Amino acid sequence: MSSKKKLLGALLTTAILAGSSALASAETLRWARAGDSLTLDPHSQNEGPTHALSQQIYEPLISPDMEAKPIPALATEWMVKEGDPNVWVFKLREGVKFHGGEDFTAEDVVFSFNRAKMESSDMKELLVSIKEVRAVDDYTVEMETEGPNPILPNNLTNLFIMDKGWAEANDVTAPAEFDDGEETYAVRNANGTGAFMLESREPDTKTVLKANPDYWGKGQFPLEVTEIIYTPIQNAATRVAALLSGEVDLIQDVPVQDIDRVANGDGLKVGNAPQNRTIFFGINSGDADLENDNVEGKNPFADVRVRKAMNMAIDRDAIKQVVMRGQSAPTGVIIPPFVNGWTDALDAYPKADIDAAKALMEEAGYGDGFEVTMHCPNDRYINDEAICQAAVGMMGKIGIKANLVAQTKANHFPLISGKKTDFYLLGWGVPTFDSEYVFNFLVHSTTDDRGSWNGSRFSNADVDAMIQSLGSEVDLDKRNETIAKIWQVVQDEQIYLPIHNQVLNWGMKSNIDFPVQPEDQPHFKFLKFN
Amino acid sequence: MEAVSNFLASDLFYRFRKSPVAVLAFIVTAVLVLSALFAPLIAPQNPFDPGSLNLMNGFSQPGEPNQFTGETFMLGTDDQGRDVFSTILYGLRISLFVGFSAVMFAMVLGSVLGLIAGYTGGRTDTIIMRIADIQLTFPAILVALLIFGIAKGITPPSYRDEVAIWVLILAIGLSDWVQFARVVRGATLVERNKEYVQAAKLIGRKPMAIMLKHILPNTLGPVLVIATISLALAIIAEATLSFLGVGAPPTQPSLGTLIRIGQGFLFSGEYWILLYPAVTLLALALSVNLLGDWLRDALNPKLK
Repeated sequence: MSSKKKLLGALLTTAILAGSSALASAETLRWARAGDSLTLDPHSQNEGPTHALSQQIYEPLISPDMEAKPIPALATEWMVKEGDPNVWVFKLREGVKFHGGEDFTAEDVVFSFNRAKMESSDMKELLVSIKEVRAVDDYTVEMETEGPNPILPNNLTNLFIMDKGWAEANDVTAPAEFDDGEETYAVRNANGTGAFMLESREPDTKTVLKANPDYWGKGQFPLEVTEIIYTPIQNAATRVAALLSGEVDLIQDVPVQDIDRVANGDGLKVGNAPQNRTIFFGINSGDADLENDNVEGKNPFADVRVRKAMNMAIDRDAIKQVVMRGQSAPTGVIIPPFVNGWTDALDAYPKADIDAAKALMEEAGYGDGFEVTMHCPNDRYINDEAICQAAVGMMGKIGIKANLVAQTKANHFPLISGKKTDFYLLGWGVPTFDSEYVFNFLVHSTTDDRGSWNGSRFSNADVDAMIQSLGSEVDLDKRNETIAKIWQVVQDEQIYLPIHNQVLNWGMKSNIDFPVQPEDQPHFKFLKFN
Repeated sequence: MEAVSNFLASDLFYRFRKSPVAVLAFIVTAVLVLSALFAPLIAPQNPFDPGSLNLMNGFSQPGEPNQFTGETFMLGTDDQGRDVFSTILYGLRISLFVGFSAVMFAMVLGSVLGLIAGYTGGRTDTIIMRIADIQLTFPAILVALLIFGIAKGITPPSYRDEVAIWVLILAIGLSDWVQFARVVRGATLVERNKEYVQAAKLIGRKPMAIMLKHILPNTLGPVLVIATISLALAIIAEATLSFLGVGAPPTQPSLGTLIRIGQGFLFSGEYWILLYPAVTLLALALSVNLLGDWLRDALNPKLK
């Protein structure tokens, strides 16, 4: 080989190497977490990971930032209308285009809000106070509420805006009925205004998003990510291995046992923050008889003594110590400290006391215990299945034989919203940072527009009236008093069995500059590479 | 007693004694089977009774006192505070019970179908053996998963735990009958033309009686060999299904379930949850397999 040829060869090799490094540019973000988004239909499921994916593609009027503070998105300004406290006015952003090229205007907002208020929508509880949404002109929208609603903007941060024309052309003017497994065009396709566009989607396998070249936020956000490859990896060990081996760049759920391993890993770091989410057990106290138990003709959970006994049997400190390895904050109420209405007194939880719990069971006439099926997700919350197994043991100590059915969240959640389970694990975050949100979904009796996730079947007309009054109470002190009263009932009646507030642990490459968002919602337009 | 002394004087036993591998495999198998049988007497804890567990015992290191409760566990504990040693013993019961029952089921089903196919021939033979051929083109574990999935779909959730073990047996058994059918059919084809079968036909014995009383006993040698090897495969199939999370319920862990739980704690150094069940499973499957191999050689006249 002549020296000339050698030189040429060396040059070629350099060129190839340079080329390949340019191809594997740092702008692709490979993102993984335990479970996939349940649907791309933005109003069909009110669920964290579902919103986490939708947030990249669709946008709300007002968006939470990485500290969960509301910032302008598709609305630039909002204020209560002068002279009419029942109307909110939103000024919309001009010059925004959907991914399909359509202009974003007020009629899209009106359409999307009406869609989100429909029966099959899972977002309707957030909009119960809205009477009418109307377009004043192309870039002004008015929302009329039943009474003055000072906290309405808080409710809109996950309410995504769709293009009216696109929805009509694809016959998706109503949200897909999730509990029945309805598959509409919007379930697998998306057309939003967000920083990323849907490139391809294989549910539970892989979703690819590309940067939106015409995004309105250019210059306002870092927008350093040009491509997102999202892969759900259910198995915790596999997920960590993928991060350690460099196969993915960011995982949203580092298993608690592997935090040290990832934090000490080469070129990796772990970011953590207390999460705005409480994990708890729901028990069906409202039905006359249970379907999934061995007590005939009556419902053992209907007796408040049984519910109190169950609450006492749960050793929250042991769950924190062993199952969560210290990565949780045990609690006695189903809201985290971020939320308006939370108090130290509510948060206090009883020490596990098996003897007292057994005495209560005896008093209630269930000294010999009973059998019931417990439903649990195994890919949604941190160590969800292990928490359920531990709870099965704790229930066993007071004679309640719980038969555990642990399954993927896509099978688990319809059991709760469809009111088909009597004893289940659920986690609830509060994006509005106000107790009303929790009451509307979890405490109000199930009606057309409220109580869709109230698997406890708790139903009390007085409580319902108090909850409804919150939407239009302008006197904040009085409103907070009502909130405290409702919590008192929830606690006295032991409608739910709170376990703990989660702590988030995001594992990522060291060169990624990305704060942990307290609602576990990554907004990748904020992500920076160092 | 006579049977025992007959057996001890037999050719088979002589060759067994002369094969150290077979003796060792037999001892390991016997120890494992006996400890599974007497698990409630040996095990310090009943790991299938969640109410008796103490969560604070979770992740105890083997042989060292737990930092909270001070209790010591020989092989450590898993994430729920279950003693790994006890859980292995109880898990072995599930593995062996599922393995034995599945093989029995496959053996009866396969032998009967093989006999019928071989003896009657013609269209019946074609239909049975083509079904067998089709099933052979799918990996056994896939067939088992399919059957398991269907069974899970049609049982109401509250009964799933109770029927899970039986569904496992059915799934593994149905995925395994083909081998028995093929072997028995082959042997039957050879036997049915022999004089003693012709004689039985001539004196007017019914086909059913000829098949069961005359032909079947002559096919049992190879069936026994396949059964032994299938047992090892069935045990592994059960472990695989449980590892995938579709087998035994999580509150009644079998060896495969323990291995699944344990692999989540490999990065964090709690190796014992995976290691000891895996070693047990390996020992069981290997020794049963070696026994099967030896039996095949011992019963094969060509190797004498």
